[in-house]
Amino acid sequence: MEITDETIAHVAELVKLEFDGERAAGIKADLLKILEYMDTMNVLDTEGITPMSHVLPLKNVFREDVVTNGRGEADLLENAPCIKEGKFVVPKTVG
Amino acid sequence: MDITKLTALELAGKIRSGEISVAEAVRAQLDVIAEKEKDYHCYITILEEEALERAGEVQEGIRTGRYTSPLAGVPVAVKDNICMKGIKTTCGSKILENFRPPYDATAMEKLYEAGMVVVGKTNMDEFAMGSTTETSYFGATRNPRDISRVPGGSSGGSAAAVAAGEALLALGSDTGGSIRQPSAFCGVVGIKPTYGTVSRYGLIAYASSLDQIGVIGKNVADSAAMLSVISGSDARDSTSVGQKEYHYMEALGKDISGMRIGIPRGYFGGGLSEEVKSEVLSAAQMFREKGAVVEEFDLEAVDYAVPAYYVIACAEASSNLSRYDGVKYGFRAKDYEGLEEMYRLSRGEGFGQEAKRRMMIGAFVLSSGFYDAYYNKALKVKTVIKREFDRAFLKYDLILGPTTPTTALKLGESLPDPLKMYLGDIYTVSVNLAGLPAISLPCGQAKNGLPIALQLIGKPFGEKQIIRAAYSFERGWAD
Repeated sequence: MEITDETIAHVAELVKLEFDGERAAGIKADLLKILEYMDTMNVLDTEGITPMSHVLPLKNVFREDVVTNGRGEADLLENAPCIKEGKFVVPKTVG
Repeated sequence: MDITKLTALELAGKIRSGEISVAEAVRAQLDVIAEKEKDYHCYITILEEEALERAGEVQEGIRTGRYTSPLAGVPVAVKDNICMKGIKTTCGSKILENFRPPYDATAMEKLYEAGMVVVGKTNMDEFAMGSTTETSYFGATRNPRDISRVPGGSSGGSAAAVAAGEALLALGSDTGGSIRQPSAFCGVVGIKPTYGTVSRYGLIAYASSLDQIGVIGKNVADSAAMLSVISGSDARDSTSVGQKEYHYMEALGKDISGMRIGIPRGYFGGGLSEEVKSEVLSAAQMFREKGAVVEEFDLEAVDYAVPAYYVIACAEASSNLSRYDGVKYGFRAKDYEGLEEMYRLSRGEGFGQEAKRRMMIGAFVLSSGFYDAYYNKALKVKTVIKREFDRAFLKYDLILGPTTPTTALKLGESLPDPLKMYLGDIYTVSVNLAGLPAISLPCGQAKNGLPIALQLIGKPFGEKQIIRAAYSFERGWAD
């Protein structure tokens, strides 16, 4: 298993995290050790086994597309880091 | 009144009879918390005013017959990843340090319907990722049985609170052992129900296919009563499953002769402390004396449960934690240029080391080129593990084993070696992968006085069987 600095940078980009020099080395070492351990799964023969994401045989559990908990805007804005006129303020994303 | 000398059910009885008022009970509980918190740090938030106000309302509700639960009037602690409307719910993280949910979790609503009084939100590993409660942004919790040691995690605050008498009952959550392991380390009872039994609506997600809210209590009866309160299907949780009834207390006092209990041979390999092994095997003997048939058997794939668990849990966590972006709620960094930097700095500053580590592992195992070898492989291992348990339950009613390979570790010992910490989950994770119910209960003590626990695993929705056997053991052990 090869974990390069590029791997770390790529994965960090996927989860929107950033690691500087020392931390990057640390996380690289961690990942290497942990992933190597996870490789032990390969000892178990799973040929022909279907992957199971859920233990319960539930499928397509739907409900009617009806709002039952009101609009609650005031509540939803309570925790906002920055709001203006009832909207969340964020850095410009287009243009 | 010394509230620490009563069980939750006893206290509720005294409240019903009028011997104690709800306010007195809540006051007594708050006094214990005030006295002991400096030693153990079980709580992130203590709700003194709210609890005393609620006590008045509950007293009135008991008088009018509105609250009829066997636990009405009892104070309870709630793990800080369960949403409580308007009350700080932090998940032990800086990123939610000041987050006040705009709604109550379904489990909270059920506590209220039962007339229970929440006295505080307990400490936990950040976002439930950890086995020691040391990753909490708000500082570690100490094990009341030995303050140089961890209470376990991630529901360490809840388990320590019950062990210290700072709570009679507590809610926790269990994704890979987070209720059962701290219960074992602290010498209290912990139950994780079958996946789908308790609604996850309002439980801040770590790994959605594994998470379950459960109970920690001083004894089996209290815990069973509490589990009945919070169980039930919920239209707001599409993974919740309804059962005909949740009268778990009916299982108390039932004879266990003829019950078939299997002990996986593979559980007694290397890594298991001799003292834990000895106590669990003594416990097996006690089950035999009570008339159960107890024997060893081969449960395959146990060795692969830990790696499969961490692949799956980290993968789901990396997805679940991507919502913490500083946009609508949670911590946002002060200075940034542009959206990407806002994300990176907010998350960088807001999350702790372990959470970052698991998100990195999770994103890696889901990424192109590695998805098949890791995530898909883990899901196949999960299928095998489930199948192995199904096979075992054709022959046995229950599976018995240790909850943890050792007694509580020292503070500071685990964090430098995360992989070693992960290996401590060997007996608990497969239960989450298979979605089964399990209970951890004290069964002995090490030479240094630390608690040792056994774990009973049941069939899907077999809560009554594990409670029946656990209660029987508890009675026998007390004698």
